[in-house]
Amino acid sequence: MKVLLSGNEAIARGAYEYGCVFASAYPGTPSTEILENVTHYKEIKCQWSPNEKVAVEVAIGASFAGGRALCAMKHVGVNVAADPLMTLTYIGVKGGFILVSADDPGMHSSQNEQDNRNYAKFAKIPVLEPSDSQEAKDFVGKAFEISEKFDTPVILRMTTRTSHGKGLVEVGDRIESKVERGFERDFSKYVALPMNARKRRVVVAEREKKLKEFVEETDLNRIEEGKGNIGFITCGISYQHLKEVLPDAPVLKIGIPYPLPMKKIKDFVSKFDKVFVVEELDPFIEEQIKAEGIKVYGKEFFPEIGEFSPEVVRNGLVKAGVLKEENKVEAEDKAIPRPPVFCPGCPHLGIFYALKKAKAKIVTGDIGCYTLAAIKPFEMMDTCVCMGASIGNAIGMEKVLGSGKGIAAVIGDSTFVHSGLTGLVEAVYNKSNITIVISDNSITAMTGGQPDARSGFTCNHEPTGKMDFEVVARAIGVEHVYVVDPTKMDETYKIVKRELEADHLSLIISQGPCVLYPQKVKREKFYTELENCTACAMCSKIGCQAIYRTTEKTEKGRFKWNIDTTLCTGCGLCIQMCKFDAIRPISRKGE
Amino acid sequence: MESKNILLVGVGGQGIVLASEIMSEFFKRQGYDVKKSEVHGMAQRGGIVSSHVRIGEKVYSPMIEKGNADIMLSFEKMEALRWLYYVKKDGVIVSSNVKMVPPIVSTGAFEYPEDVEERVLAERPDAKILDIVSALKELGNDKVTNVIMIGALSTMFDFEPEKWLEVIKEAVPKKVVDVNIKAFNKGRELMGK
Ligand code: SF4
Ligand code: SF4
Repeated sequence: MKVLLSGNEAIARGAYEYGCVFASAYPGTPSTEILENVTHYKEIKCQWSPNEKVAVEVAIGASFAGGRALCAMKHVGVNVAADPLMTLTYIGVKGGFILVSADDPGMHSSQNEQDNRNYAKFAKIPVLEPSDSQEAKDFVGKAFEISEKFDTPVILRMTTRTSHGKGLVEVGDRIESKVERGFERDFSKYVALPMNARKRRVVVAEREKKLKEFVEETDLNRIEEGKGNIGFITCGISYQHLKEVLPDAPVLKIGIPYPLPMKKIKDFVSKFDKVFVVEELDPFIEEQIKAEGIKVYGKEFFPEIGEFSPEVVRNGLVKAGVLKEENKVEAEDKAIPRPPVFCPGCPHLGIFYALKKAKAKIVTGDIGCYTLAAIKPFEMMDTCVCMGASIGNAIGMEKVLGSGKGIAAVIGDSTFVHSGLTGLVEAVYNKSNITIVISDNSITAMTGGQPDARSGFTCNHEPTGKMDFEVVARAIGVEHVYVVDPTKMDETYKIVKRELEADHLSLIISQGPCVLYPQKVKREKFYTELENCTACAMCSKIGCQAIYRTTEKTEKGRFKWNIDTTLCTGCGLCIQMCKFDAIRPISRKGE
Repeated sequence: MESKNILLVGVGGQGIVLASEIMSEFFKRQGYDVKKSEVHGMAQRGGIVSSHVRIGEKVYSPMIEKGNADIMLSFEKMEALRWLYYVKKDGVIVSSNVKMVPPIVSTGAFEYPEDVEERVLAERPDAKILDIVSALKELGNDKVTNVIMIGALSTMFDFEPEKWLEVIKEAVPKKVVDVNIKAFNKGRELMGK
């Protein structure tokens, strides 16, 4: 039966069909839906981990116990997980182990663009790269087989388009893995002490040799005959774009970009006048081929930056003289911009307004919805590096600037659990006197509302232990801990101001629910009695998108402000800004 | 089987992803190969959403080339203006007359141009601008733009309306099946069918 699946859904389906028993992940676009979909298969135990390193570690444990394990994350997550991955490479697996890396060429929702095929070469392990949903599912099975056969972790590399694009997939039944469950103690394999690791280092080299033979044979690297005397080597989504533009071209489609089937490539290249490597981001395949002394062309015609599309491939082919230039379409955007904004009533609004009013000098930021505070109307976030960096960055700034006064680090709950905790320990231990704000909405909102250790429920929506930040902070040794409700403006402001000026380390936990997750917030809405509006524009200062400037003017010629009641979620921030009784709860309408 | 590139554009929260899902499922059932893609990310917070649906005998890339869309359905009128260049010279453009003002306009940084419809029509005289604003009022539900648009799309293909409704009924919540059937028919009516 054929069904329409996104690449991420197809991976989850593959995990089911190919006997995966355990899956872990940390949410991050474009990888998030993999684990969300795995939760639909009862046969697979699954969980959101506090971060990618932990996610890989638990999946490693599952593999050591003989279960097929899958671990999913976005590209930058692999940076966090690199430590255990690099040594798992030496140790190998028992049950098959797949690390899914969902890369984001073009940075649709990421802070950088990195080509994680490089991790495979770095870790000396194979990487598989599907080009659509059908392959995404099939490659999960292949990856488990390769993992078990060669005793190696395998990377399955997706990109935004293969993860989120949908296509038809032939689905089948589940086949249980034949690997026996149970852990067998094996000191020389599982304990990475130098004496063992040195021996395993040699095993890794031997494995690479065997893999190099395997990749010559496997149909994951396949030749598609075609017309003409120009050949193409391509992989992943680039294959689809190339076929779109040149459906009849002879293609060597690479399913395993590392290690490469060099014999096959040499043979393929010898048959053509010219061969082009068409690959998104880094010249990963191209450089390996060139290093073998084989002549191919690639990045002189195709960009190294940004996402590929059919037109990017077409333009490259025009540049290379393979295609004639057709009328190029000028992408001309004639509309006004529509940048993303905070949701109306978002709890981050209150805390950023307080930081602004209290004149925080520097706000180091982090990864989450609150990163939106960096742009208009707040412009209250000065740095954003990676998950958990806000606290570390603020500590370092204070060391150089000599005083932490006025320096605030803002971090979300999920991010705090992910990698802010150790930063907090650093702050206490090394006597930092910055102000740390956890903007705690008790959910991972940015990626669509996944639960975290703070939320009190698991990926399957079962109730579970709930981390208490206040208690944790005190246990770590933070003396000045305050919990505030960001919709209470005065109180929040007073505490933020006092702590920004104080000469000690402070932690402010700003607690308010995300208005979208886990349930849409339903509070009494507010409206504006336009007659009373003096056009002072105070309500507009809190950055709520439900509040808009009308075309109606006061006698002095200033525009009045109104509330779009369809958007308002009733947080009550604006009413605290209005001195003229123009903003009221809807129940008072008509009074 | 004729292949078609259908582009759906609008603003986060207008149900564009669901509409493209329904279309993809529909064409799959009619025996087409289907691929679709859109960009997730921060769109739900008031940003621009675009979804590419490609159907045909065999579809490779999930992305439509610029200037190569056969049909564009715009759920918001300024988004029609933004994405015009994506549509083939002889392509079909159908836009809603709904105006969704971005927050940057609310704060006074930009103006939402008054003449958006005229500007769309000046560049593409064949574009159809449907009175979705009145349609939503009439239907008493402001969440069915997506199914009205599917209704409009259905007039461009030779399939029985019933077949479309089959998929729509399965895709929308039970409580709102009736209003969605009406929305679908409204879409056809607005296209003169
Ligand atoms: S999703 Fe939640 S956290 Fe994010 S902007 Fe909206 S209300 Fe705020
Ligand atoms: S109460 Fe005011 S600030 Fe809060 S969501 Fe409604 S309009 Fe926005």
